[in-house]
Amino acid sequence: MKNLPTLFLGIFFALAFSWTGLILSSHLFLGDLKSTTATLDEQGNPVEGDPLYPLKLSGIAREGKQVYIDQGCVYCHSQQIRTKGYGADFERGWGERQTVARDYIYQERVMLGTMRTGPDLANVGTRLSSVQWHMQHLYEPQITSPGSIMPPYSYLFEVREIGSRPSPNAVSIPFDSPYAPPEGWEVVPTPRAEALVAYLLSLRVDYELPEMKFSEDD
Amino acid sequence: MQGTQPDIRMPPPPPGLSQVKREAERAKLSEIDRSMRVAGLLFVLSAVVWLMVGTVFALIASYKMHNPEYLAQFEWLTFGRVRSAHLNTMIFGWGNNAIFCVALWLMARLSRSQVRHGGFLVLAGILWNMGVTIGVTGILSGEMTSVEWLEMPMEVAPILALSYAMIGVWGIVTFSHRQTGHVYVSQWYILAAIFWFPWLYTVAQVMILFVPARGVVQPITNWWFAHNVLGLWLTPVSLASAYYLIPKVLGRPVYSYYLSVIGFWALALFYNWAGIHHLIGGPIPIWLQSAGTVASVMMTIPVIVVAINHHMTVIGSFGTVWQSPTLRFVVFGAMSYTAVSLIGSAMALREVNVVTHFTHFTVGHAHHGVYAFFTMIMFGSIYFILPRLIRRNWPSAGLISIHFWSCALGITGYVVALSIGGWIQGLEMNNAEIPFMTVVRNTVPWLTARTIFGILITVGHSAFFIHLVWMLLPERFRRVPSSYDSFGADPIA
Ligand code: HEC
Repeated sequence: MKNLPTLFLGIFFALAFSWTGLILSSHLFLGDLKSTTATLDEQGNPVEGDPLYPLKLSGIAREGKQVYIDQGCVYCHSQQIRTKGYGADFERGWGERQTVARDYIYQERVMLGTMRTGPDLANVGTRLSSVQWHMQHLYEPQITSPGSIMPPYSYLFEVREIGSRPSPNAVSIPFDSPYAPPEGWEVVPTPRAEALVAYLLSLRVDYELPEMKFSEDD
Repeated sequence: MQGTQPDIRMPPPPPGLSQVKREAERAKLSEIDRSMRVAGLLFVLSAVVWLMVGTVFALIASYKMHNPEYLAQFEWLTFGRVRSAHLNTMIFGWGNNAIFCVALWLMARLSRSQVRHGGFLVLAGILWNMGVTIGVTGILSGEMTSVEWLEMPMEVAPILALSYAMIGVWGIVTFSHRQTGHVYVSQWYILAAIFWFPWLYTVAQVMILFVPARGVVQPITNWWFAHNVLGLWLTPVSLASAYYLIPKVLGRPVYSYYLSVIGFWALALFYNWAGIHHLIGGPIPIWLQSAGTVASVMMTIPVIVVAINHHMTVIGSFGTVWQSPTLRFVVFGAMSYTAVSLIGSAMALREVNVVTHFTHFTVGHAHHGVYAFFTMIMFGSIYFILPRLIRRNWPSAGLISIHFWSCALGITGYVVALSIGGWIQGLEMNNAEIPFMTVVRNTVPWLTARTIFGILITVGHSAFFIHLVWMLLPERFRRVPSSYDSFGADPIA
């Protein structure tokens, strides 16, 4: 090839084209989605007085999300529910409706994920709402889910001698479990574990949006 | 297997060239090689050290996947971090350093132009490797971003960007001093890659980490970036190298100039739209997903075109391919390119994607691309380039054989195991009758197989590493006299 200007323009426009088509356009298209109510009034505006969705994360859940990020949970868990009939997300009870772009607008970092070594977590807060369950599971997944390949996050807990009385937030582990602490000791979540569980419980797709209603069971 | 002599059949001297002219040509090339010696060696050494580090991370991550209790008390080595450290060392440590050496050397050789002020490159290379070190340490110590392919803490981005600029510019400067009228297909690919990579990297860093775009625009940008690192950075440089080395070692021209042109432009046009196929079924507009699918299917054009072009160049010379360590790796890589790309196009179809998405199938596929294709071609290129840079031959044919066979068998087993395991996982996951824990348990044998194949690959890498160190030792430690043409090869041609 001798025609260098063509080469350089081609190289430039090839990428400029996809950048415009994929990123700039979706930015223009989705970049100013706002929270809204489940249904709209006649003018197509949010209904006054109805709750606005999606919600923002509470302070402690935000800290928990940071733990989720720095531990890399996203490499085994997605947070997106696909439409009914495409895969079995709905049948597995991972969510009652497909997630849509608006569900993610308040996430400063979007944890969509591309792996499901473990189940989808977009809606885990409604499915598994017990703090104790999550604490046991994070401390040692084998307690709740024998045979799991999820890593134990025991370093987010402190195993310590019980003081004058047991800590109120100690993780309850059956005595006969091989993972139970020795007698007179207890497993107590660190603030990071508390925050992480608060984040997990905040993951809920239990609201409808004008563009996406719950799927019907059939 | 016998006959692992390096590149015994160099291209015959151009007919009609007088002895004097040939000598002048050799002197010129040897000058060019010398101008890259220190920088090139630095890049190769850094690349291989990162390769070894990344291999250790890989083994830990792989083992943890079927034995979650292994090293579980160390937060630094938790699965999410160690697999990300693996990815980043391999791409930015091994991959980029290898590319810096291979791309700059090819560019200098093909432009018949020396690398000016190589010291500057050395500085840039040191800076780059410092950046990667800080970045990987950051991942392990908990500053990971959890953005796929961009896990390094964002503070590292300016260091990497600056040092990259200092390196990339050198490719362009070298090109602009070219002494040849014709610009060869390898040069197009390299020029394009040099230009595309920083653009991808900057846009992704800014739009995801520095000034995060809203909602799902982030994952869209993320997959535009991550897929294009493969498609517009690793791939063009690998193809450039294959386009150079296959005809060079076989001593015959590329089959068709026109096919190279079509292959190049089709890749430039389609590849960069394809990344969206990682989000099929996700919360993004349907037309974006369709664009990703269409582009992925269109990718069959450049892939088949390149495959025909390479195949027709090689045909009839498989014996030589087999005897040249360089070509054995490069042709393995080129064949993998065809296979992995066609599989990739199929995976972008919604009917296939519904099974493979979210499973280990995709992990196998990623390694098919980055390892069986890219890494194997880089191995072959280094076998060719290093003796010319430092004027020494590889001391042991046996180690090259071990390297090739362990890696070739290892990666084949790896991809097959994860493809079967991942496919089963996908089918089972889509059947809600099967409890999730059963799906998980059924993946374990395949994940264990992956570790075993990973160990095989590690053997290959160790052979390569030992060989490299051996080659650099003073002459008295090397069995073979260090004369670079002890195998009859002309190291300069
Ligand atoms: C190596 C992959 C892996 C990693 C990393 C991982 N998980 Fe899991 N996770 C699993 C698997 C497999 C299961 C299913 C079995 C079980 O319940 O343990 C699971 C299940 C879960 C569940 C229960 C979901 C349900 O519907 O039953 C939650 C909650 C969860 N993980 C949270 C996390 C969090 C939080 C992190 C990061 C701190 C994390 N996981 C990291 C693999 C992983």
